[in-house]
Amino acid sequence: MSDMITDTIAQTGARPRKFRAATAESTPVRLALTLLALAGVGVLVVAPLATVFAEALAQGWAAAITSLGNHDAQSAIRLTLWVTAIALPLNAAFGIAAAWLITKFDFRGKALLITLIDLPFSVSPVVAGLCIVLLFGANSLVGGWLVAHGFPIVFAIPGIVLATVFVTFPFVARELIPVMIEQGRAEEEAALTLGASGWRVFWTVTLPNIRWALLYGALLCTARAMGEFGAVAVVSGKIRGQTATMPITIEMLYNEYLSVAAFSMAAALTALALVTLILKTTLELRHAGQLAANRRH
Amino acid sequence: MHIQIDEIAKSFGSSAALHGVSLSIPSGALIALLGPSGSGKTTLLRILGGLEFPASGRVLFDGQDATGMSVQERRAGFVFQSYALFRHMTVFDNIAYGLRARPRGKRPEKAEIARRVTKLLELIQLPDIGGRYPSQLSGGQRQRVALARALAIEPRMLLLDEPFGALDAKVRKELRQGLREIHDETGLTTIFVTHDQDEAMELADLVVVMSMGKIEQIGRPQDIRARPATEFVREFVCA
Repeated sequence: MSDMITDTIAQTGARPRKFRAATAESTPVRLALTLLALAGVGVLVVAPLATVFAEALAQGWAAAITSLGNHDAQSAIRLTLWVTAIALPLNAAFGIAAAWLITKFDFRGKALLITLIDLPFSVSPVVAGLCIVLLFGANSLVGGWLVAHGFPIVFAIPGIVLATVFVTFPFVARELIPVMIEQGRAEEEAALTLGASGWRVFWTVTLPNIRWALLYGALLCTARAMGEFGAVAVVSGKIRGQTATMPITIEMLYNEYLSVAAFSMAAALTALALVTLILKTTLELRHAGQLAANRRH
Repeated sequence: MHIQIDEIAKSFGSSAALHGVSLSIPSGALIALLGPSGSGKTTLLRILGGLEFPASGRVLFDGQDATGMSVQERRAGFVFQSYALFRHMTVFDNIAYGLRARPRGKRPEKAEIARRVTKLLELIQLPDIGGRYPSQLSGGQRQRVALARALAIEPRMLLLDEPFGALDAKVRKELRQGLREIHDETGLTTIFVTHDQDEAMELADLVVVMSMGKIEQIGRPQDIRARPATEFVREFVCA
């Protein structure tokens, strides 16, 4: 196209000129911006990740795998996976319910509810952990009763789950709300006029329409749940082999100068996060057509 | 089905949408609710369909009080302004939705559903698009699919909210004719909302002119044109 323009100008005798698209920058600027972006990604993302794996393998594969094979490491990995597996469905359910309420109904106090959902983003995880300790610790009214009945929350798995659920609470709802606002209520109303019950409408219309946002929110929630440190550190009591999750184990090993063990665990945690990321990308690629169709409509 | 609307009033928050509207719609008629935006015509349609409930007044279907009847029980074929087709389903599944949503005892067999969907696709003159998704259809095709989906539930009445609003002039003319034909074929009491006076006058047996939540005039198109009852009608219809 630009060649054609230059040709025409050349034929009419005017001085040939190269035109640049209105939104494009000049070549040196483009080059500089690209390099800056690459350097940023390199320093902030690639280098730390590479270092984690390099440190983990500093004494070879065998040492790394042995360190992950011991009892405490295995227990930490199991605990992290369990806590994530409990927190994820809870937050998916809460998130769907909250987004549904906010986007499909008008009521007083809606703005307050949205603020409350965002609260975990603005409150420091350590503060959240402390709140759980104050509320459910052995010295509190509720906590004392629960401990007396053999169901301790703080320094036990329920506390870790609570802390994780609190910290990851906004992810699913935050992903869903804009999508559901954009889609409106018309499809649900159409399904109702066709005779479907509310429950059927949810499963056959609402849920399929939000599945990508839900998946994305769930993946973010998973990654954050596995990596949560601050809130869990306060409530877990860091009992090795019992309440130490992967991030907490990493910190303990690092403080004990067990660098191969610490970085092996860190590499394992990173690998888990990468798996979620790869999963998301694969799904996006496989369903690219459907995704595009959804957006076009 | 004969529809009787009796002193229906409705407000949203502090603003009144309908002020005690009464209207009798004879069985099998094709009615236009005509008015500018904010006249309450869509609210009235949604009240008939069971998507909104009136603050006071009654709705009677064939003489039976239907005011509190749920949206599912009403069996009103509703065509939405933006068509509201299920974007993740094929055209076939969209049209079959209402039949599949029936309770087990009343649900037709799979083959029977397929037969009915095929018949409806022929009725809207789009026999080959069952496998497509709504995003792959033109505006006019979507509108016709929405109509077929509403007809699939064997509705007791047909309610259409600005059915031709989003279409260009040529397609609009064709589809007007299509709606007239489908109405005459099924004999369904049909009510459509429009702000386009040409559309109302050309298509409807009876036109209900509305403004500010009140009915200004009810009459046959030629009568409204010849004898507008109020200044508003004169300006709106003759503009």
